[in-house]
Amino acid sequence: MKEIVVLSGKGGTGKTTITASFAALAHKKILVDCDVDAADLHLIFKPTVLETHQFFGGKSAFIDKDLCTACGKCGEICRYDAVNLANKEINKFLCEGCSACSHFCPTGAIKMEDDLSGYWFISHSPYGPFVHARLGIAEENSGKLVSLIRSKARALAEKEKAQLIINDGSPGIGCPVIASITGADYVLIVVEPTLSGIHDLKRVVQLANHFNIPTGVCINKIDINPQMADKISRYCTENNIKVLGSLPYDNCVTKAQVAQKPVVVEYPEREISKKIQDLWKEVEKALS
Amino acid sequence: MKIAIASGKGGTGKTTLATNLAYFLSEKENVTLLDCDVEEPNGHIFIKPEWVTEEKCYLPIPQVNEDKCTHCGLCSQACQFSAIAQVKDKILTFPELCHGCGLCALLCPSQAITEGFREIGTVQIGKKNNLNFIHGKLRVSEAMSPPLIKEVKKQGKNRGITIIDAPPGTSCPVIQSIVNSDFVILVTEPTPFGLNDLELAVGMVKELNIPMAVAINRADIGDNRVQEFCAKENIPVIMEIPHSYELARCYSQGNLAVQELPEYKGYLQRIWDGVKKELAR
Ligand code: SF4
Ligand code: SF4
Ligand code: SF4
Ligand code: SF4
Repeated sequence: MKEIVVLSGKGGTGKTTITASFAALAHKKILVDCDVDAADLHLIFKPTVLETHQFFGGKSAFIDKDLCTACGKCGEICRYDAVNLANKEINKFLCEGCSACSHFCPTGAIKMEDDLSGYWFISHSPYGPFVHARLGIAEENSGKLVSLIRSKARALAEKEKAQLIINDGSPGIGCPVIASITGADYVLIVVEPTLSGIHDLKRVVQLANHFNIPTGVCINKIDINPQMADKISRYCTENNIKVLGSLPYDNCVTKAQVAQKPVVVEYPEREISKKIQDLWKEVEKALS
Repeated sequence: MKIAIASGKGGTGKTTLATNLAYFLSEKENVTLLDCDVEEPNGHIFIKPEWVTEEKCYLPIPQVNEDKCTHCGLCSQACQFSAIAQVKDKILTFPELCHGCGLCALLCPSQAITEGFREIGTVQIGKKNNLNFIHGKLRVSEAMSPPLIKEVKKQGKNRGITIIDAPPGTSCPVIQSIVNSDFVILVTEPTPFGLNDLELAVGMVKELNIPMAVAINRADIGDNRVQEFCAKENIPVIMEIPHSYELARCYSQGNLAVQELPEYKGYLQRIWDGVKKELAR
């Protein structure tokens, strides 16, 4: 079984557009949306949810105001400025759930409670089984949720005898991204030909190298700045990374999004769709 | 005054707005721009500051003195993040999982735990003409960005008008970036993805109880459901900028639109007037 993760240092480079098209092109696969705090793939797949599960990401501290004597001990101990002593309250957005305060409260006023941080789903989509999630608003622990849905996707792939998992990663290089790529077989980075795109690309490449994952690049909206695109190609050659494809800017991408369809399905005749097909062939080669 | 610029979805033009607005305002006022997108900081590409200081940022992690440890197991039972574990007669620590809460050291009955440090990134402070610029750079392979964001914000305290460029999304790094701001500008695009992510971002800002407004970029590319949503939710749309090839090209070269495209100043003035009007309400 192989797992490919589509990433982009910065968001908005076309990662989800490309993943959705891969979903339509690939045979026998499981689809996963690991961008759990701004999930968008479901807008294209319009999935039928088969299973809904709760996700408990961690704990939060609560003060029982009747027991609290406002001694201030918890505020001294908490390293996250989460205690509001004046109101005898804990700011749930700042609380990391470390439980330190609860161990040292002299009156036992602090309880730790499980946080319902979101939901994850197994769904049926027109392009195959789909595992996705919704992190609650302003919740933490997205990395843990990502690891969870990836393990569910693997189990599902075994059950369905699927040989491939296509995974839409999240932006950045922090905790949810690390959780998206550890143990994956291939990372495809989608980059725009801009100065900040190159900057972001380098950091994602470093991350993929750190975890020893083979990496390829796709340059999207190449016509914004062809010189920058050349720069990216050169950087890739120097660092032994293959540029697997480049795609033109085409506003049919937005139209396909409005129509809730992958570009390759809605506009199969357009140049961009042909290029995505070529890109997918290259990805398949790289995977085997 | 602290104004945070955020967006559920990445790539909507958040950094473009933050850098240009900060630079524009700094022509007349004392302004500090904080780039809190420490995973992929891009603001400096456009501002091109002269760096004044650079400091490493650390998170405390436990160090166990095996000679003192009695293997009571209290530390590993208490740690909420599985960052310290007892395996047979040895205490193992997993620094990359540690949140640096300090609980294990406080609990250890035999004072076997002292605190060491792990580097999580760098905070740099710079200046461009009148504009103060501060950003954080997360060390690659480091998972925890919120403590670094906190450090960036600490360095930026009491420095006049503060513009905060938040990371994309709606989870902990974004919360850490925008918490305690006076106002949030949410940048979006009129596409289904843009709308979906805007809805999440609006939910987040509401939870934090911060007044907000929406700026729509590439306002002519998709449908008008974003405008409808804002009207329904009573969120003011303080600016709509049409898709512009010149702007995209200026961005791609790492240049500030406010320096290259004179008409862009008008948009920034309108945004700033919009923010002031909302804050005065
Ligand atoms: S430590 Fe306990 S009693 Fe003291 S202020 Fe905190 S909650 Fe109240
Ligand atoms: S659980 Fe930890 S982070 Fe939360 S309030 Fe207590 S000490 Fe602070
Ligand atoms: S400092 Fe906190 S998170 Fe780190 S090992 Fe100790 S108890 Fe666990
Ligand atoms: S709490 Fe202290 S003595 Fe007990 S196992 Fe941990 S390090 Fe050893």
